[in-house]
Amino acid sequence: MLESPKELSFEASKMALDSAGLTLKDIQSVVSGSAPDAFDGVHMKGEYYLDGMGAVGKPHERVYVGGGTGVFTPIGGWWNIASGLYDTCLCVAEEKMSPLHPHPQYAFWSIFDQILERPLGTTLLWIFSLEMRRYMHKYGIKEEEIAEVAVKNKGNAVDHPCAQLGAKITVDDVMRSEPICEPVKRLDVSPPSDGAAAVILASEKVAKKLTDQPVWLDGVGWTLDSTHWTNRDLAYPEYVEKAAKMAYKMAGIKNPRKEIDVAEPYDPFDYKELHHLEGLQLAGKGEAAKMTVDGVTQRDGDLPVCPSGGLLGVGNPIAAAGMMKICEIFWQLRGEAGKRQVKKDARTGLAQAWGDLMQVGTVTVMRS
Amino acid sequence: MTPGLSTRELMFEAATRAYEDAGIDPRKDVQSFVCCTEDFWEGISITDEYMPDQLGAVLRPLCTISSDGIIGLATACMHIMSGIADVAVVESHSKISDVVNPDEIASFGYDPVYTHHHFDADPRFLAGMEMARYLKETRTKRESCAQVAVKNKKNALSNPRGVHGADIDKGIVMNSQVAASPLTELESSKGIDASIVFVLASAQKARKLGDHPVWIRGIGWSSDTPVVEDRDFARAEYVEQAAGRAYKMANVKSPASYFDLAEVDDTYSYKELQSLEALKLASRGKAGKMVDTGAFDTDGRLPVNASGGSLGVGHLLEATGLHRTLEAVMQLRGQAGRLQVPRAKRALVQSWRGIPTATGAVAVLGN
Repeated sequence: MLESPKELSFEASKMALDSAGLTLKDIQSVVSGSAPDAFDGVHMKGEYYLDGMGAVGKPHERVYVGGGTGVFTPIGGWWNIASGLYDTCLCVAEEKMSPLHPHPQYAFWSIFDQILERPLGTTLLWIFSLEMRRYMHKYGIKEEEIAEVAVKNKGNAVDHPCAQLGAKITVDDVMRSEPICEPVKRLDVSPPSDGAAAVILASEKVAKKLTDQPVWLDGVGWTLDSTHWTNRDLAYPEYVEKAAKMAYKMAGIKNPRKEIDVAEPYDPFDYKELHHLEGLQLAGKGEAAKMTVDGVTQRDGDLPVCPSGGLLGVGNPIAAAGMMKICEIFWQLRGEAGKRQVKKDARTGLAQAWGDLMQVGTVTVMRS
Repeated sequence: MTPGLSTRELMFEAATRAYEDAGIDPRKDVQSFVCCTEDFWEGISITDEYMPDQLGAVLRPLCTISSDGIIGLATACMHIMSGIADVAVVESHSKISDVVNPDEIASFGYDPVYTHHHFDADPRFLAGMEMARYLKETRTKRESCAQVAVKNKKNALSNPRGVHGADIDKGIVMNSQVAASPLTELESSKGIDASIVFVLASAQKARKLGDHPVWIRGIGWSSDTPVVEDRDFARAEYVEQAAGRAYKMANVKSPASYFDLAEVDDTYSYKELQSLEALKLASRGKAGKMVDTGAFDTDGRLPVNASGGSLGVGHLLEATGLHRTLEAVMQLRGQAGRLQVPRAKRALVQSWRGIPTATGAVAVLGN
């Protein structure tokens, strides 16, 4: 809460540089990610924080696709490297939501259409409750089944050093928590947070010199759907499917359910994890809830999902939360996740984020 | 100004023209769309939400780069060079006529703790300070800055897009209202509305698509510190760095003799001189003399802002870099009409993101 956006960025950049054994001199370009400027009340936020992350004198670009930004930031780094323009790229995602009073949620009012939607006093919670209800209705899924995701992720987060809401809770706790916008209840939702996270990408040649245990970014994908969310099938995120297929094609993945060992889909709400697992082709349509209830997505399950604790447990500093998922897959694939390490031998991982008006999917496939 | 069109309608018109010009169908032929926007200018948080439909980009890879259009072009180049796209589209726009309080918005770009909350001044105060420092350190004459405005506004008279064109002299420029001393209002570009769309393609694809390909031979971008107190006000270091990268990529050894025309930053009159020096198109402290002697006129040694630039045509927020690129592309295609520079084969375009940033981009174009 006390650190400025520049300081948050600095800390994340420094940690990433130290862990790679590099200094800023070794970094050729910088890609940053951050969600609405309205949180900070700073115009051109990407210019404001760039010295904190170490981008002075370097080519820097801020990539921005709303809540999808966190996973999109290393995708920006990927094209900096894959184009052959640069050999090393520092990717930093930063979010500081706490300056906005009385609650960061108010910034989201300004994401809606000025003429048609803002006069209604819309909040994000409204549209999520619509989406959650539609998802439950279409596949006959119960609130209790969805609550299992919150129980799992908050439980996983107990082992994460940065967790804001790690806790051992029960489905009953979720069901009895305060209704915010039915069927969404307090414990179905991730909290507003401050945070930053960073990774360093390098070309194949440079990466092999830097470490004998590189993690490869093998597939990237992103897709944006129409502005008109009211016309969308709210039960199924087609934009996530398209983004995933772009990434799978690049990574040569034919059967994602078999080939992905560990996944970090975006979970700002518990039902979103299920929704996204289906969009990612990691579960059949309407089947993700059963997978969760059966324990398949636990850390010791066949497809561990959000072993980090996700946004529900670790917190949701929008862009930084997506990058936190990239970091988690990095540690999982290197076997460095400590108490969070999944039981199976994880060689291929996936991170995904989502955002805008229930509209954008960003996906990366990583391999050790 | 376009009171009768919404931002989305403006974008649709520009995109339709660009797609027709390139002979492509956005729904089939384009693998990546890049939009350059800033939330506060749009009055919307997360502006990419409102981009896909009118560009034909629904359920396709589209993203915002929160920066100037030339950095958007660089992003599209990287998408093509990395092999994920054969054809990429870049869009940027200005709808400044919808912004009730542009000065206040610009002020929100200053550091929230150290600067913004302590000043209730025209945000251009920084430009005034920079101009004064530039004039002092390079011993450039005050009148030379006014000459930039005279030249560009005169050039704009031949440009169908040149709504701020005028035939005036230095006296009128210097005696116009003070914006931020020594900068005057006629030396400060004014915002206008527009949307600009570019279609970029890989070399192989571009040869198939049309008779008028213009090649991006080099591109670079850079940022100096956002802490304004720490900058060297006399020099545009971000332009020096961006140009260094673009020249290296395009293998430009002596920039001063390489180009047939240049479209460079003239958001404020002194910026053109400061940028020309950073681009090595004039030696340090010499750009003022060169503009005075007509070296940068349309019939001079190197036509600079033959289009009229931002002073003559208007400022387009994040689309400013795309505007310069558009004018240069028309020149290289021989389609610049009354503005046409004879035998134009190599062009330089350069942009700056405006106050209070020190971020800019440079591209080397050829036909």
